[in-house]
Amino acid sequence: MSRQSGEIILDLKNVSLSFGGVKALTDISFDVREHEIRAIIGPNGAGKSSMLNVINGVYRPQKGEIILRGQHFSRMNPYKAARAGISRTFQNIALFKGMNVIDNLMTGRNLKIRSNLIQQAFWWGAARREELLHRAKVEEVIDFLEIQHIRKTPVGRLPYGLQKRVDLGRALAMEPSILLLDEPMAGMNVEEKQDMCRFILDVNDQFGTTIVLIEHDMAVVMDISDRVVVLDYGRKIGDGDPDAVRANPEVISAYLGASH
Amino acid sequence: MGFFLETLIGGLMAGMLYSLVALGFVLIFKASGVFNFAQGAMVLFAALAMARFSAWLPDHLGIDSAWLANTIAFCLAGALMFVVAWLIERLVLRHLVNQEGATLLMATLGIAYVLEGVGTSVFGTDVYKIDVGMPKEPVMILEGTFEGGLLINKEDFVAALIAAVLVGLLALFFQKTATGRALRAVADDHQAAQSIGIPLNRIWVIVWCVAGLVALVAGVIWGSKLGVQFSLATVALRGLPVVILGGLTSIPGAIIGGLIIGVGEKVSEVYLGPMIGGGIEIWFAYQLALLFLLFRPQGLFGEKIIDRV
Repeated sequence: MSRQSGEIILDLKNVSLSFGGVKALTDISFDVREHEIRAIIGPNGAGKSSMLNVINGVYRPQKGEIILRGQHFSRMNPYKAARAGISRTFQNIALFKGMNVIDNLMTGRNLKIRSNLIQQAFWWGAARREELLHRAKVEEVIDFLEIQHIRKTPVGRLPYGLQKRVDLGRALAMEPSILLLDEPMAGMNVEEKQDMCRFILDVNDQFGTTIVLIEHDMAVVMDISDRVVVLDYGRKIGDGDPDAVRANPEVISAYLGASH
Repeated sequence: MGFFLETLIGGLMAGMLYSLVALGFVLIFKASGVFNFAQGAMVLFAALAMARFSAWLPDHLGIDSAWLANTIAFCLAGALMFVVAWLIERLVLRHLVNQEGATLLMATLGIAYVLEGVGTSVFGTDVYKIDVGMPKEPVMILEGTFEGGLLINKEDFVAALIAAVLVGLLALFFQKTATGRALRAVADDHQAAQSIGIPLNRIWVIVWCVAGLVALVAGVIWGSKLGVQFSLATVALRGLPVVILGGLTSIPGAIIGGLIIGVGEKVSEVYLGPMIGGGIEIWFAYQLALLFLLFRPQGLFGEKIIDRV
């Protein structure tokens, strides 16, 4: 890959997570470098989504720590993660269904809003100016994702592929430094997948956003990622650039060899 | 015709007040998924505070103007409701994040008892009155159009107007401001809201504050109609069928549900009452709610309940 990866921005050390007696993740360590596209792959139930949920603080691992830009987090939570510049999308789209596309994206600007409740309540100068500023930013994201035609449509009414795109849009509206994508192409047709691939690469390219993504589609993963982590039954069985991972016998038997 | 209109208007005005109570339920349910059993206690607590403050101010501070005393008392009571909201979040809700709905329901039941207990021991158990200068005498309108004109209860009219304005303001707040948007986001999906950095705790304090404010307005209006007494806590029961009818998650539902029940009560009392012996007003709302529970449990405007199998 020609892209330049930078310093280590996110480092996970010996993360273990279990739910009761079920071990979801066992002693997993890997790092993510700035500006790279880092994929996490593995068969169903390998712990990929759990991994993402640990990074973004939804799950709190029993052991291990998360080092984000040199700062240690043993207790991450989604709010802290968002403040630290991590945004994410969801495997089962978690958009605000009652709102239209613009409002959904505007919620992504929430952390950047400085005016207080009282000012907002009276729609005072500062609040108003700010709202317009954020709105302009949201329009940029809308242009970027080519969803101008559905700006005012309630997201509940959009087809699946577009909802996925709006989900990405909300994450982008936060102007994240790290973007976590949970199966961004699951359930899409070939054309939608190609679009989504293009958006992911463009985000990485134009904004320099670091991307961590989970994906089932091997062709896609090998195509767009710089480095790949392979999980199986909650353990890490492979880590490296796509070619190295493809050649790893353990990975082949666990994942590529199986009929997926 | 004149008589029917009179009944209809009376029903609409009563309905607006039911909406106000129901709104308190809906606000909290939307944002935190909790059915707030303490809404009635909050109405009582707020009304008690308002009644006592407005009586204490002239006595202790020598504020003579009734208008000024009422205004200050209202602000103080409002501030008190903010404190209550903050305490509820700090002491109760914060520790119950992601718990079962039933657990939260029981917690609000506990809050109700605490509020009633603290309220009556601080403010006393007598029947107090709130006098905010609501006009009591009825008035005739449209005497030219109908024979005998329409008899309108001025107090109900003013109350309905206040309720309508409050509901309108809340709707604007929810639709147009960044905080309102964050509130709707939390209501829609907790997890997604957290992941984009909306602080759940602060949102809950805001929601309970708003619900407290709604309780205060409801408490003042009902209190000045019925007097401030312990039974005011049961006024909230009137809001129950309204939210079942309108849907627990819908603000317009609370308004329209309230109006339907208000009108239904009055019209059926007047027109069906003589046939089956009257007293319909007391049970009409609950019958209607029961029918809705049987055939359309999500209410008129609530989100359809779909379970993934």
